Amino acid sequence: MLEVTDLHAFYGKSHILQGVNFHVGEGEIVSLLGRNGVGRSTTIKAIMGEVPPHGSIKFRGEEISGLKEHEIAHRGLGYVPENRDVFPGMTVRQNLIMGIKDMKKQGRWAMEDMFKMFPNLRERADVDAGVLSGGEQQMLTMCRTLMGDPDLVMIDEPTEGLAPKIVAQVGDLLSEIAKRGVSILLVEQKLAIALRISHRLYVMGHGHMVYEGTPDELKANEQIRKEWLEV
Amino acid sequence: MLELIFFSLLNGVVTGLLLFMLASGLTLIFSMMGVLNFAHASFYMLGAYFAYTISIYLGFWVGLIVAPILVGLLGAVVERYGLRYVHRWGHVAELIFTFGLAFLIEEVVQFIWGKDTKAYHEPEILQFPLFTFFGQNFPAYKAFMLVISIGIFILLLLILTRSRVGLIIQAAIHKPNMTAMLGHNVPLVFMGVFGVGCALAGLAGVIAGPALGTFPGMAFVLGSIVFVIVVVGGLGSLTGAFVASLLIGLLQTFAIALDYSVNDLLQLFNISFDADSALRDLWTLSLPQIAPILPYLLLILILIFRPTGLFGNRET
Repeated sequence: MLEVTDLHAFYGKSHILQGVNFHVGEGEIVSLLGRNGVGRSTTIKAIMGEVPPHGSIKFRGEEISGLKEHEIAHRGLGYVPENRDVFPGMTVRQNLIMGIKDMKKQGRWAMEDMFKMFPNLRERADVDAGVLSGGEQQMLTMCRTLMGDPDLVMIDEPTEGLAPKIVAQVGDLLSEIAKRGVSILLVEQKLAIALRISHRLYVMGHGHMVYEGTPDELKANEQIRKEWLEV
Repeated sequence: MLELIFFSLLNGVVTGLLLFMLASGLTLIFSMMGVLNFAHASFYMLGAYFAYTISIYLGFWVGLIVAPILVGLLGAVVERYGLRYVHRWGHVAELIFTFGLAFLIEEVVQFIWGKDTKAYHEPEILQFPLFTFFGQNFPAYKAFMLVISIGIFILLLLILTRSRVGLIIQAAIHKPNMTAMLGHNVPLVFMGVFGVGCALAGLAGVIAGPALGTFPGMAFVLGSIVFVIVVVGGLGSLTGAFVASLLIGLLQTFAIALDYSVNDLLQLFNISFDADSALRDLWTLSLPQIAPILPYLLLILILIFRPTGLFGNRET
């Protein structure tokens, strides 16, 4: 479904991504692991066109490298940024409406689905998103992207800085997303979640992939975990 | 006195709402580009000239509709093939571009239509006094200007606050990258806002042309006042632009209507002056005389005491 080959990206003169290769299959949950600063977020941003990509990014066999952000989103890619980028001056409901790409098309998700999964959002539907708690903003950011009905959703550090109860809710949402046939590319630092829900995992180091395997294989490979993941 | 206040109030609101038609577009465009569009008032002037030419052949009402559309399209072209290209070299380049464009439009207008004031008049159907109050007439055309301005204000408010397009515009202004990644075509939104902003300025020109005169200096006359409004109201704030437009509209009309001088003020405190004094000119200075500089005085006071403007909230 998503096929990334020899992807390079730069911030000014810094060569951040140095030949990234990976793929995500239809309905698959794939995690990108690695320490801070190895280029995991940049990989997602390059795929979305926010950072200029050099290399090949194919989505459903079509080259999307070089397309504009909104064109990439319309191809069926969704992006949930790590900084809970809600529109603070708009209500929760308006934020969700902003996620819809095509008002005429009924996708996999309706606003009611979001409210059912997160009753908190229903209660605060007409409250400005800027006053929500960090956890609620994270939920809203994820739900907003889902409202656009992506076929592959890329989620950057969804559990960072959240209370354990909310982390569990995020886990449930990820499972629900997968159940509806949406592929997930997850950037995560919490190994526990990634190991629990992923079909395959990649470990990144120094701007490229250093390991690929299943959760069981990674669990068994202490050397990789020590060298590239544990602090 | 009552009729003076009544008519000044009405005229002030007419002027204020007309100014808002220009200021609303300018402030929205500022929010997107981060720089003031110096050529904004030039689009206002083009509106008047386009409508004048159209009115010769097809009448006032066709001009009222077609001229703003033409100006809006021209604005969209300027954004798409000019500003968007210049944008990559930063704000200074954009500023200089719009500055140059203002000169260019003024020269082109003089080249095509000449330097004299054009005989662009209100339609005959509106050439009658709507009502008479204390022996003074209120022209129907001014009421028409009022209706158009209020209509545009309500329409703009509804679009920006109640529609999905309005949401996308607000989102694109504050977080263009995030908005684009949700699948919205932000450059198209910007081009649209620029075009509509110019069309509003054009519409203001169409209805102001017959009342204030259609001449090559009309952009300059109103342009500087509109900048004052946007700064006084707070850069990027639509509410601010609305309040400041009315404030300056009323300030100007009342200052012209109330014929008081410094001497009158001093006499309130029983202070008299020597008629042959060297400062005689200062004592006899009247409010209508200083009316044109009052908006700039307000601008200076705002910049000293509240640099963000009345409703501004951004550090610019």
